[in-house]
Parts: sequence; structure tokens; C-alpha cells
Amino acid sequence: MSYSPTAQPAFAGPRRDAPTIWSRIGEVTLFWKILSVVIFAALWEYAGRTGFNFSFPTFSATVSAFFEMVADGSMGAAYLRTLEPLVIGLAFSLIVGISAGVAMGLRRDVEWFTLPVFIVMQAAPMAALIPLITFVYGIGLASKVLAVVMLSLPVIAINSYKAVRNVPPSLVSMCHSFMGNRRQQIFQIVIPAASPMMFAGLRLGVAEGFSGVVLAELLITPTGIGDLITYHRSVANFAHMYATIASIVLFAIIAVSTLQWIEAKLFRPEKRSSK
Amino acid sequence: MSLALAKKYEEPTPVTKPSNPIIEVRGVSKVYGNDVVALDNINIAFETGHLTSLLGPSGCGKTTLLKIVAGLLQPTAGEVLVKGKPVTGPGPERAFVFQDFALMPWASVMDNAAFGLKMQGVPRSEREDKARHYIAEVGLAGFEKKYPHELSGGMRQRVGLARALAVNADVLLMDEPFSAVDEQTRRKFQEDLFRLREVEKKTFLFVTHSIEEAVYVSDRIIMLSPRPGRISEIIDPAIPKGINPDDLRRNDVYLDTVEQIWQGIRKYVE
Repeated sequence: MSYSPTAQPAFAGPRRDAPTIWSRIGEVTLFWKILSVVIFAALWEYAGRTGFNFSFPTFSATVSAFFEMVADGSMGAAYLRTLEPLVIGLAFSLIVGISAGVAMGLRRDVEWFTLPVFIVMQAAPMAALIPLITFVYGIGLASKVLAVVMLSLPVIAINSYKAVRNVPPSLVSMCHSFMGNRRQQIFQIVIPAASPMMFAGLRLGVAEGFSGVVLAELLITPTGIGDLITYHRSVANFAHMYATIASIVLFAIIAVSTLQWIEAKLFRPEKRSSK
Repeated sequence: MSLALAKKYEEPTPVTKPSNPIIEVRGVSKVYGNDVVALDNINIAFETGHLTSLLGPSGCGKTTLLKIVAGLLQPTAGEVLVKGKPVTGPGPERAFVFQDFALMPWASVMDNAAFGLKMQGVPRSEREDKARHYIAEVGLAGFEKKYPHELSGGMRQRVGLARALAVNADVLLMDEPFSAVDEQTRRKFQEDLFRLREVEKKTFLFVTHSIEEAVYVSDRIIMLSPRPGRISEIIDPAIPKGINPDDLRRNDVYLDTVEQIWQGIRKYVE
């Protein structure tokens, strides 16, 4: 019981200068990130210039096409159209998916009743179901929202369910032994303990939601980003088509990374302290 | 044979019924499924202020018995009385120390140690004051803001111990608390447990599979035999009071008691 005074400096020592070490490493990784982007752009430019495929634009042409579309407002308008079903669909999947997942994890009867639905949804090839959705819900917003939901909901729900099932039972009985009630057990133990895996499911769900919205816009009626891609392909504006595709890919990556950042920032104090 | 040997050094204390029992286990049986009898008609009382070990080979139901006393498991038959009242679930007079520590990885040492008080609805500043006191008591002063993954196994179990002490329960139920820490830490821990028992004046129920540990730390050892789980023997190690830990490990009574228990357990292991 006497070792804490000696152990304390051992812990505090390296941590005092930790910020400078970490910021230096941060700069180094930023350098490598930029370098890898530069190499990628250079390879793209080179491949475009070799002319191996008539539809493959150079990197510079793609970038200039991108700015052209931003300047004439077509890019912004397309994103506004695309974001509508995406945001509605993801919000729905998030709320329903997490609640259903947690409920399935906590209760066997809910699991028995609900899990098969999500398993079927996850296994079904979505593109094959989209024509059916169009018959029922038409070609409007509802169909596109449904496409987003059908792709993102099962991943979010099944991951939340597994996350709850994987909560260490000893943590739950610890809460019980200190006389925590069922509510405290769920909110103080189960959900925080399940949250890392839930967030992993959320990231996958958001990525799936992007697939869903683009798929819907390509297969149902061309609107937003799907319209831009279809239109520029049909008039052989390949640089514009590539710019649109690249922008939605980048946007999806940024959205998923932002989610990861929010998770670390708000929900993982133990990760923060180790940095 | 060992009892005869032991007499040379010290009269072994006769095994008596507890005069002031804090916990009484009456006719407790536990059957898992249809036919796995983990405990079969256990009758035992635990003396207030003593450290009693439950010792036995694996599968003898010692952890099951502890969890029934804790109110974490319901017995198939029989009842447990704590301070004369039947147990229906966990209660404020009992605190549990878990084999795998059961610390919340997302919470600091302070929040982990104060968790039991939080469940009881103690206001933040008050529970943090109490938790801070017990964090210091178990030797972790200065580590309040650390997270479990920044601590060693032994330090983590100290947090688990601080959490159990902080709720100021009369009985500490410890389920193989030192089995997941290394040998050196374990010895230090056992010595700390002695001091803690003097300072805190609590009753300890201690599940262990280590014979040496049981003989070393216990006032009384309850030996269980497996399949079905029954009490096979009760031993009060007659180790001289106030002996220092280093002498104790060479003490003949200590060594003989260890040997006696090993002979008793041996047939179940082979």
C-alpha cells in the first residue's frame, strides 16, 4: 500500500511532455497523408494522360470539372436533393435501429420476434427489391428514404443487438450487487459498455445509407447526385461524372470519420486520457 | 495427523458454533438445470468480524454459495439470513468483490470506486469524498483520474476493493479476488487484507482455490467437496496472533494446516 508515491511520478513523468511528442507524431502522419494523396493524384493524372480508356479523364480535368459544377450551382443543388432522403433515412435507422437492437439484446421475446426480420433485411440483395418499392411507394421521396433505411437499419440494429449481448455479465451483476435497479443497469452499464460496438455498427450503417441513397437515385428516378452521374454519363462529360462520383465517395468518408471523431470526443473518456 | 503435530506448538482452537453470527445459511441447495447439484443442503453460520474462507476443488459450488449469500443467485431450496433477515436480493449490508474486477472501462478510478454509492443515490460531492478516502485506504491515492486500462491487475482489484469498502457494508464477499493478479502482488494484497480487517472491522467471506491463501488469511476455513457440493470439513487455523507475515510462512502450524487440507482435497483432484 506504500508504492503509490513512487508509482505516481513514474506515471506522471512521460505524460508531462506527452503533448509535444503526440503533436509531432500528428504532424508526421499529416505529412504522410498529404504525400499519399499527392501520389494518388499523380498516378491518376498519368493514367488519364496515357489514354488507356476513352472515358477516363485526367485528375486535373476532374478537379476542374468539380469546381465548374460547384460554381454553376449544380453540385450544391444535387447534394441538397440527395441529403434529404439520406438524412431522413439515417435518422430513422438510427433511432429505430438502436432501440430495436437494445431491446433485442435485453429481451429474449423481442429477439425471437424481431431478429429474423433484420436478418432477412440484411441478407436480401437491395437492388432487387428497389423495383418492388417503386411499385408500392412510387418514385418520390418515400421510396428513396426506404432504400436508405433498408440498407442502413439492419446493420445498425444487428450491431446494437450484438453489442448488448456482449456486455460482460460480471459488470451487470456488479451493478445488481450494488443494488442498481434495472433502469440503472441499462443506462449506467449496458449502454455505455455496448457503445463502442454500437458505434462501429453506426459507422457501417451510415456507409450503407450512402449506398442506399445513390442506388435509389440511380435506379428509381435520377435526382440529386444520381441525376448528375446519369446526366454527365449520357452526354459523355466523363470528367464531370468522375468528379461527382469522387465527391460522393469523399463525402461518405468524411461523414463516417466525423462520426468516429464524435464518438472519441464525447463517449470515450478513457481513449482521450491515453493520448 | 497434522492436528497431533500442531499440538506441539499451540492448542488448536476447537471448532465452535459462531456465538454472534452475521450470516446464517440454512438448508441451502442449488440445482442447475435438472440434475446438476451445485450445492446440497448447506448449513453454516459466519461469525461477525471474522474472515471465513470457502475452499474446495473446482466444481464444489463455493462461488455459487457466495453468490447466493450475495443475493445474486436464488437458491433452489433453503434460505440465507443476514443479521436475522432473509435474503431476497443484494442488500446494503453486503458488498461484492469480483474475480474479474468488474470495473467499468469508460469510468475513472474515482467513478468506479464511487459507483456503489451512486447506485444508492448519494450526492456527487459526498460520494467522491468517501470514494477518495477508500481509494487512499487501498493505496491508490493520486490515481483517482486514471482509467482501468492504465492500471496493473493488482491495482485494478484495489479499485474493486475500494468500491466495496466505500458503501460501508458489514460483510465483504470476495470471489477469488486475487486469482487474476500475479503472485507478488497477491502476497502484498493478502498482507493488506490483514491490516484492512483490523482497521475496518468488517466480516469477510472469501472464496479461494488456493490452500495457502486460505490458511494464511482466514479465521475459519470451510471446506467444500464437489458433486454434490457439501461441507466436508471446518478448520480453524490455530496460527499465533500477531505473527508477522514472513515468520508465518515458515510457521509449523501454518505448514501443517496446509498439508492437512491438501490431504483432504487430494482425492477430488486425482
